[in-house]
Amino acid sequence: MRSNLGFFSDEKFRSIFFQTLVVGLFALGLFFVISTTSYNLEKRNIATGWSFLQNPAGFDISFSPFLEFKSTDTHLKVYFVGVLNTLLVSITGCIAATILGFILGIVRLSSNWLLSRLVYIYVEFSRNVPLLLQIILWYSILIQLPRVKQSLQVLDVFYISNRGLYSPRPIFESGFSYVLIAIVLALISSFLINRWAKKRQDKTGQQFPVFSSSIGLIFIVPLILFFILGSPLSFEHPELKGFNFKGGLVIRPEFIAMFLALSIYTAAFISEIVRAGIMSVSKGQREASAAIGLKQTWIMRLIIIPQALRVIVPPLTSQYLNLTKNSSLGIAVGYADLVHGFGGISLNQTGQAIECMAIVMATYLSISLTISFFMNIYNRSIQFKEK
Amino acid sequence: MKKLLSIFAVVAFAFSAHAGTLDDVKNRGFLKCGVTTGLAGFAAPDDSGEWAGLDADMCRAVAVAVFGDRSKVEFITTTGKSRFPTLASGEVDMLARNTTWTISRDVNLGFEFVGVNFYDGQGFMVPSALGVSSATELDGATVCIQTGTTTELNLADFFRLNGISYEALPIETNDEGKENLFAGRCDVYTTDASGLSSTRAAASNPDKWVVLPEIISKEPLGPLVRHGDHQWGDVVRWSLNAMIIAEELGITSENVDAQTSSNVPEVLRLLGVEGNYGEMLELSNDWAYQIIKQIGNYSESYEANVGPDTPLEIARGLNALWTQGGILYAPPFR
Repeated sequence: MRSNLGFFSDEKFRSIFFQTLVVGLFALGLFFVISTTSYNLEKRNIATGWSFLQNPAGFDISFSPFLEFKSTDTHLKVYFVGVLNTLLVSITGCIAATILGFILGIVRLSSNWLLSRLVYIYVEFSRNVPLLLQIILWYSILIQLPRVKQSLQVLDVFYISNRGLYSPRPIFESGFSYVLIAIVLALISSFLINRWAKKRQDKTGQQFPVFSSSIGLIFIVPLILFFILGSPLSFEHPELKGFNFKGGLVIRPEFIAMFLALSIYTAAFISEIVRAGIMSVSKGQREASAAIGLKQTWIMRLIIIPQALRVIVPPLTSQYLNLTKNSSLGIAVGYADLVHGFGGISLNQTGQAIECMAIVMATYLSISLTISFFMNIYNRSIQFKEK
Repeated sequence: MKKLLSIFAVVAFAFSAHAGTLDDVKNRGFLKCGVTTGLAGFAAPDDSGEWAGLDADMCRAVAVAVFGDRSKVEFITTTGKSRFPTLASGEVDMLARNTTWTISRDVNLGFEFVGVNFYDGQGFMVPSALGVSSATELDGATVCIQTGTTTELNLADFFRLNGISYEALPIETNDEGKENLFAGRCDVYTTDASGLSSTRAAASNPDKWVVLPEIISKEPLGPLVRHGDHQWGDVVRWSLNAMIIAEELGITSENVDAQTSSNVPEVLRLLGVEGNYGEMLELSNDWAYQIIKQIGNYSESYEANVGPDTPLEIARGLNALWTQGGILYAPPFR
């Protein structure tokens, strides 16, 4: 029966109609928000535009390990300092959380009752207490360290106080670049040896001591070269002068608190992911590999982990994304990340909240998409390939 | 398209345009006033949990002007950073929050400063054990600084001008500054001199801390409202002025009743016995009488909250009346 609705009874027309309607309403809503905002900004005489990026910041940022920052630099540079600091804590945090998470995940499955219970307590504690509290907890502990004048001295060269951890700064003299080149060459050749050894093992079954030869290449060869060139490396030691230590390298308590809290918190989640991944590999695999006489460590490395990784990597990616986004909590302890410097101080001094927040959000989006992109490539490379 | 745009503009206007702030406040039945997260002497809860201080009195004075009742205020705490968005978004009706009047805040941020209730300047506080007697000796020191403030910019300028270096430790609130300074994470705390006195007063042993003599900036602190609502701006401006004029005329909370039968014309105008100044502001005619009766004049508020007899021990200095060597001055009440 044809209804008198005409076109409307046509399923295709109907679906196009409703989809257009939804998209249209969305666009209308967006337009409404934008026009209202710009109207109100104008009405309240709030400045808009991007020219503030070129204005001098007027304030100082003391934690900027990669770029030198002066108060006469622009807000744009504040942005770059912030991005670098965010990346610094995110990348180091992801690496530490991964290592810690893998170890804990495996230990959790160990048959040692005490060890596995301890990890269980750790996991339940750190993933059930809000991250912000953990950051503040670490920071509160760190600023209770001795004052700078009563710094703890470790091994005669490290100084620990509530201003941070001071260590000697290496100074590379002429000739050190040869050592660096030697290290790079050694890395490349160990990679090639590894490939060659794998191919040969596939063909002939003969093994080659890849690990020990690589160690020799990477450490011993550059070390010999280093001494031949007359040790072209010296250290600048931190010295207590006036109010603070001068010289040397310093790791600030704000960074340490962020790093510890982020990696310990995320490691708890990663350890659960790793545990789930390992448990997803069927018991038969372990038994079969034991039956053909493989060593315990080999069973883990060659049979269990490669299969577990297929389950581990996708949720691991979202943990990396979480960690990166959580680094924005650095504001709580004054860690000079993107949100604190550009999204906080610059925003406040210029009053251009919408522009600053848009830039900050776009930056987090780009960082997250980049992480996802590379993790997806890695994920594809470990997937089961049908031959 | 043009027609569509204009329709949107009208719709947008309908959403954003509201009656004046004064009407909003009257309809709501209480005033929303933005204050600090706690700065003794300016705005901090007292022993009984009541907000007290010079800024808190400013809020109460406006509430009295509108409602005749000093309790009709909701105090909303703001940090150095959150204060401006809070005011711009209409979450509070006014700010009385140690906010420095600068051209960029007055013009670019879209606010209106209606007066100055405390003339301040930026100073430095150090532990007396450091043996520092001048801010120019602070080369290499770690300085605790509240972010999003004018003091942050003054600090950078001061050290640049004197060719000495420092490390900034950015903090969010005065309490965080206190914690870091007392733990020795920073050597120096810098903020408005009044704020330093307040922090020092809160220390377990105030004698262990010394405020350095240098005052490196002008910090006129005053209440502010959103730009463009002149009627509301006038209410706040004249609530402050009424307290200052009352001090000039010698009217206090104690003698205000007797003063209603004074023979001085300006006293009678201020107290609403003569003229219709209350009506002009769309307030009751005894609004200023009520402020003086319930809050007191400027001097009473000052002496009770920050004056020499309080833990803050701040002498009147610049904040004395213009007739007594200070620069406190209100336009005539006529």
